[in-house]
Amino acid sequence: MNSNLQNAKLEPLWHTNKIVIALIFFLVASLLFFPFINPSNFQLHLMIMIFMYAVMAQSWNVIAGFSGQISLGHVIFFGIGGYTSSFFYVEYGISPWIGIIIGIFFSSLVAIAIGIPMLRLSGHYFAIATLLIGFSFQIIFQRWDLIGAASGLWIPLNWDNPWLTLQFHESKIPYYYIFLIVFLLSYFYIWILYRSKIGFKLRAIRDDPQAATSLGIPVAKYKIIAFVISAILMSPMGSLFAQYILVIEPARMFDIEISIIVLLIAVMGGVGNVWGPLIGTIILIPLSEYTRVFFGGTGGSVDLIIYGILIMLICIFRPNGLISFFPKNILERKKF
Amino acid sequence: MTIEIIIQAIVSGLLMGFIYALIAAGLSLIFGLMEIVNFAHGEHLMLSMFSSFWLWTLLGLDPIISIPITMLILAISGILTHYLLIRYILKAKMLVQICATFGLSIFLRSLAQFLWTPDFRYIANPLLEGRLEIAGIFIGQPQFYASLVCLLSFLLLYLFVNKSETGLALQATAQDREAAETLGINSNKMFALGWALGLSCVSIAGAMMSNFFFIFPDVGVHFALFAFVAVALGGFGSIIGCLVAGIIIGLVESLGGLLIDPSYKLLYVFFIYLIIVIYRPQGLFGR
Repeated sequence: MNSNLQNAKLEPLWHTNKIVIALIFFLVASLLFFPFINPSNFQLHLMIMIFMYAVMAQSWNVIAGFSGQISLGHVIFFGIGGYTSSFFYVEYGISPWIGIIIGIFFSSLVAIAIGIPMLRLSGHYFAIATLLIGFSFQIIFQRWDLIGAASGLWIPLNWDNPWLTLQFHESKIPYYYIFLIVFLLSYFYIWILYRSKIGFKLRAIRDDPQAATSLGIPVAKYKIIAFVISAILMSPMGSLFAQYILVIEPARMFDIEISIIVLLIAVMGGVGNVWGPLIGTIILIPLSEYTRVFFGGTGGSVDLIIYGILIMLICIFRPNGLISFFPKNILERKKF
Repeated sequence: MTIEIIIQAIVSGLLMGFIYALIAAGLSLIFGLMEIVNFAHGEHLMLSMFSSFWLWTLLGLDPIISIPITMLILAISGILTHYLLIRYILKAKMLVQICATFGLSIFLRSLAQFLWTPDFRYIANPLLEGRLEIAGIFIGQPQFYASLVCLLSFLLLYLFVNKSETGLALQATAQDREAAETLGINSNKMFALGWALGLSCVSIAGAMMSNFFFIFPDVGVHFALFAFVAVALGGFGSIIGCLVAGIIIGLVESLGGLLIDPSYKLLYVFFIYLIIVIYRPQGLFGR
């Protein structure tokens, strides 16, 4: 680990494997040009969901993969982000762009407020406590009259200035680009974070908290930092999702299923790796959207049945996630 | 508010507490044995309620009479769970174990939704109906007998684990898998037995609850949460802890609902959990 820490200081970003860089450029370029091949609305929706869940799974990965705590209540930051931007827009007419920033601020505060007392907990205790906090937020928001209680908030339609109010009624393409850009920025940020000193310290804490303490890493501080970084990634997704669907309610914004799907995506792809959550998303989200379309909305939950089986199979046969199919040296840094 | 209402709340809290305790005991047994939290516990409860429901609908068997059949069904599904899933993830990371049982829970719940639709069902005219009156306190008969049966099963489980030879073998496996193996205890069989026992506990609670509770695919979520809370509160792996924690949860739920606001019942329980666990991270009876 010690040599890794030194490497972190020495090795600049551009020393990544050139194939990987070329691949990323190709991928980004094709994503930018995707709307020009006239995709259907469903395909655009699918891509938007992929971008959204990829960032959410990455946010979860920051806590679990980089600092080793398993959160089962991650949806709270999603809900807070969505509710904050919508509330300020509905009540005061503040642009959702500013709402996103206020949402990030509130989410970080909540992350700190929850993170400090939770420092004492680890393992299953932490997991169950976060599960309960997720449920508690849903219950509180369902009964909070100021923000519409159980019926939620309806974002008033405004056709005048779509880029200011973040509402696009004619097509999904602007949403596509907004989600794409947020997705790229988030992944770039995490990629840098992963190889930064903070990233190495967090992984040291994950691997052995006691050894990390003895090396002089303030474990408590870095666990809180990880929690806040994670909240900062999650919250804008809630705000953007609220603007995308324009009607939000506690049952949807604080759906415990979101916490769990985010976790399953990350584990399926591979936890503790920057690309793991992306791989998990690319497989699971289309799977669930297509099965939903294929089997129709007749209450049939075939998509979730397949989901469940797939997760169990991966846990049995690929406990390190699908990323373990890739050769390691392509994804890791490589010296020249 | 009269004193009778408060006593009424205490009694109904206690009655629910015994049921929570048995559900939690099943969870705790499995955890104590192999350090795996069964996140599909609520779904197993749901399955046992549906099993009672279908035995009543198709064969006309009352939930009380069909308890042995429901137990058998759940015990077999526990053994299958162990041999098809848990066996492979015993040595995996905690995260993978959590995911595997979450996967199982999603699978079971959506399978129930697919097969039986998300409708609410109930058992009309079961053997246990009506209510008892003892010294001005009203107790629903189904609730009363449910908690009685749960308490009895709990005591039987406790005696079995602590007194019988198989129970001691279970404990030995829980303490040190390798050492138990050298003594000729087949740990794989013990784990399967643990799952069968754990799910039998749930099946008894589920069968008794099907008398007075709506039956639908999501029914287990709420009870599983309470079971997680009870197990963590009591200390992971401690069976007596489950009883104490179950009673605490039942009382907090009913008294909190009476004295403060019934719509926040779940919150009071969660709050108690957070407070206790933050000050005593190993739970009340934790090792």
